[in-house]
Amino acid sequence: MSQVLLNISGVNKRFGGLQALTGVGIRIEKGQVYGLIGPNGAGKTTFFNVITGLYQPDSGSFELAGQPYSPSAPHAVAKAGIARTFQNIRLFGEMTALENVMVGRHVRTRQGVFGAIFRHRAARAEEAAIRVRAQELLDFVGIGQFAQRTARFLSYGDQRRLEIARALATDPVLLALDEPAAGMNATEKVALRELLVKIRDAGVTILLIEHDVKLMMGLCDRISVLEYGKLIAEGLPAEIQKNQAVIEAYLGSGGGH
Amino acid sequence: METFVQQILNGLVLGSMYALIALGYTMVYGVLNLINFAHGDVLMIGAMVGFSILKLLDGVFPGLPGGVQLAIAIVGAIPVTMLVNVLIERVAYRRLRNAPRLAPLITAIGVSILLQTFAMMIWGRSPLPFPQLLSSEPVMLGGAVISRTQVLLLALAALAMVALVFLVEKTRMGRAMRAVAENPRVAGLMGVDSNRVIVATFAIGAALAAVAGVMWGANYASIQFAMGTLPGMKAFCAAVLGGIGNIYGAMIGGIVLGIIESLGAGYIGDLTGGFLGSHYQDIFAFIVLILVLTVRPSGIMGERVADRA
Amino acid sequence: MALFTFDTAHKPRQAWASMAVLLALLLAFPFVASQFGNSWVRIIDIALLYIMLALGLNIVVGFAGLLDLGYIAFFAVGAYLTGLLASPQFAALLESLINYHPELQDAIVATFGEEVRSNGIHLSVWAVVPLAAIVAALFGALLGAPTLKLRGDYLAIVTLGFGEIIRIFMNNLNDPINFTNGPQGINLIDPIRVFGLSLAGEPGSRATVFIGGYGMPSVNAYYFLFLLLCIATIFMTGRLQHSRLGRAWVAIREDEIAAKAMGINTRNVKLLAFSMGASFGGVAGAMFASFQGFVSPESFSLTESISVLAMVVLGGIGHIPGVVLGGVLLAALPEVLRHVVEPAQQALFGKVVIDAEVLRQLLYGLAMVLVMLYRPAGLWPSPVKEDRPLAATAKDEEAENA
Repeated sequence: MSQVLLNISGVNKRFGGLQALTGVGIRIEKGQVYGLIGPNGAGKTTFFNVITGLYQPDSGSFELAGQPYSPSAPHAVAKAGIARTFQNIRLFGEMTALENVMVGRHVRTRQGVFGAIFRHRAARAEEAAIRVRAQELLDFVGIGQFAQRTARFLSYGDQRRLEIARALATDPVLLALDEPAAGMNATEKVALRELLVKIRDAGVTILLIEHDVKLMMGLCDRISVLEYGKLIAEGLPAEIQKNQAVIEAYLGSGGGH
Repeated sequence: METFVQQILNGLVLGSMYALIALGYTMVYGVLNLINFAHGDVLMIGAMVGFSILKLLDGVFPGLPGGVQLAIAIVGAIPVTMLVNVLIERVAYRRLRNAPRLAPLITAIGVSILLQTFAMMIWGRSPLPFPQLLSSEPVMLGGAVISRTQVLLLALAALAMVALVFLVEKTRMGRAMRAVAENPRVAGLMGVDSNRVIVATFAIGAALAAVAGVMWGANYASIQFAMGTLPGMKAFCAAVLGGIGNIYGAMIGGIVLGIIESLGAGYIGDLTGGFLGSHYQDIFAFIVLILVLTVRPSGIMGERVADRA
Repeated sequence: MALFTFDTAHKPRQAWASMAVLLALLLAFPFVASQFGNSWVRIIDIALLYIMLALGLNIVVGFAGLLDLGYIAFFAVGAYLTGLLASPQFAALLESLINYHPELQDAIVATFGEEVRSNGIHLSVWAVVPLAAIVAALFGALLGAPTLKLRGDYLAIVTLGFGEIIRIFMNNLNDPINFTNGPQGINLIDPIRVFGLSLAGEPGSRATVFIGGYGMPSVNAYYFLFLLLCIATIFMTGRLQHSRLGRAWVAIREDEIAAKAMGINTRNVKLLAFSMGASFGGVAGAMFASFQGFVSPESFSLTESISVLAMVVLGGIGHIPGVVLGGVLLAALPEVLRHVVEPAQQALFGKVVIDAEVLRQLLYGLAMVLVMLYRPAGLWPSPVKEDRPLAATAKDEEAENA
């Protein structure tokens, strides 16, 4: 019986006249790769933003590893153990790849003004450890050789990897990826799939928004489907594929398969 | 200690000038998401040009009625300020339309310095006495006093604002301005040349600033190369107070800020037990700005900024 | 420029050698310049203080990307604090307390002694400087706090407002309690005294400082002190830049939302930027007050805030050597030009067409406009790491496939 890592229920979010999310919940077990799919505008990124503290929900209960957490501030969420990537890549463009990942270590390290100015032994040790771990993560995702390159000059695929490496640097228990395969060709998607499996095998639970159905079906343990801000289906990939409501959501009613 | 009515009246006069200047800031911000930091100095140029025109008139046509002289000064100052503002847009801001927002702001600061420098070179560094052209016989208004210059100021400001509203609501150019202010890309798709609209926006703002500048000089009887900075910043605070990008907001914000400043300067002594005096008048605008941005950032009437996503 | 480098990481020998040469030149400078009178060294003394200011502002604007248009307020805080605690001003303050809170006046006299009533407080530089740094840092956090949620241009205007508010207070806090002596400013501020040696020279020595048997003009003595402080500032801001905190600042500048998502408490980190930047300004202010011997509100106006910003922008936002260059150019150059251009105009035209003040303003205005239009990263920006991406990627792919 696996432990429940993320347990969220009853999330409502309204933007002015638009009810973006209605009673949405999710239940992810440790070690799973969990998928979130749905047509454009269904509210997937909004849900992500709520979970990670970028938006304040109107209601909802949030539990991570059995402890309630308050999604009120993104940095607190990161501290609690949820790290994320963004649909439109948000790297620190002027920093090198290595520095980007080093920023990811911020939440797990402590040195402040004193350490910065005086560089006493503890500060130097921490800084060296940050650098080592950052390089490790760059190697892990496969872009170790670009450590010294300014991030905005990396290729698109490498930028996506860099964003994942940076998120992993926060030592998350849950890695939330918002359309990591967007804009990738078939070869790149295969490589991404391998990377995600590698991450899961390393012990990080993954929550994934994606549009590529094939990728999702092959990779995810369970899938939730959102449409117009509501959950319309949840279950194993094979079940979701055959679910009538899901098919209608994507193809419209009256469409065959 | 002046009466309450007097202070309201003073505030109205001050506020009308702020409103005229604020309109320039708010219109430019509405279409470009840019604070034209140099706008206060455009006001100064208007005042200076008006001053020179009056000097010229005095030499060439002495004896013209004061009101006519002022009218000529304003009419003469307007094309100059328009030219200056349009030039600023063309040379300093156009290239930076897609740059990070801080770049045009820094450029604007540089332009402001340059305008002041040119004014220093042409008109010198010392304050210049602005001629008092209207009869100094004050007008009594229910226990309060107002000068004829101030009456003219209020009238001109009201006229200018009405004209602007007419322009924006009823004319083709006005519609184009509103379209670009809301969504420049879509406006472009509908055949609106946004560059022309932006130039028009700068020109109109400058014209209003010219009116405000000449009347500022007439009201305070003294002008100087650095006179525009502080009123400019306060007018921007007024624009934010009213709702940035919203021309009705700028008008209301200007007047409200003028009244707040006037009342504040009058009563601050009482409020703080004599610790702070009316010298502290200038801080009100900034306090208002901070309060607005903290409590109700969209301002009194709501902001209207371009969707430049 | 290829011979001269500061890159200690990649070319250590050359870098240290360059720095040694530069240091030697800097140390020799006042002795050479003194041959031509005191004014050159005095100009550089003030320039050094402005460079410190630029470096402090660089933390806020350059590292963290927060456009502070009211930075001079912290300079003012440090200067006026020194004015209050190292001059007869405190006596004036006490006098003004008579009408308001006589009991408070008695309490203070009881604590500090009777001379306070006639002489004021005269803290030593070792107390004043740390105090200036701390109080300025507090003000930094105070003035920064309301700006935390504002977007770039609004933040600029609000900080401008704060700068103005501080100036107005400095100009008016002389009634009913005389803190700042109003528009006249505070006079007779103590010069800096270290190890029994006054940097203004003993009375009667004609502003000459004697170390051992050797005498040098007071401005030279201050030069070495300010040079030391400047180097310390460069050192400290450099260390801050290449640290966990420095990276957090740049992360906020580059993408605040991503920074938050990566666990950075942006509120605290931004407040730290304001505080640290302000503290350098405060120390520079304390030095300024002691050097000049008086402070008045007109040294702390919006024009000064903008001047410091211009130095940062011209030199290279965020790049410490660039900021120093910007400071040198904009602080020293106008003075140099004044000595050259005015006589030249006299000789050529028989009168001064463009005077020094106008020239100075022109330089500042043009610097900001032209830099933003044509070289937005500044004259000496941070070197970009491998900015030939296509060539480099092709090379990497070749290496991979080899």
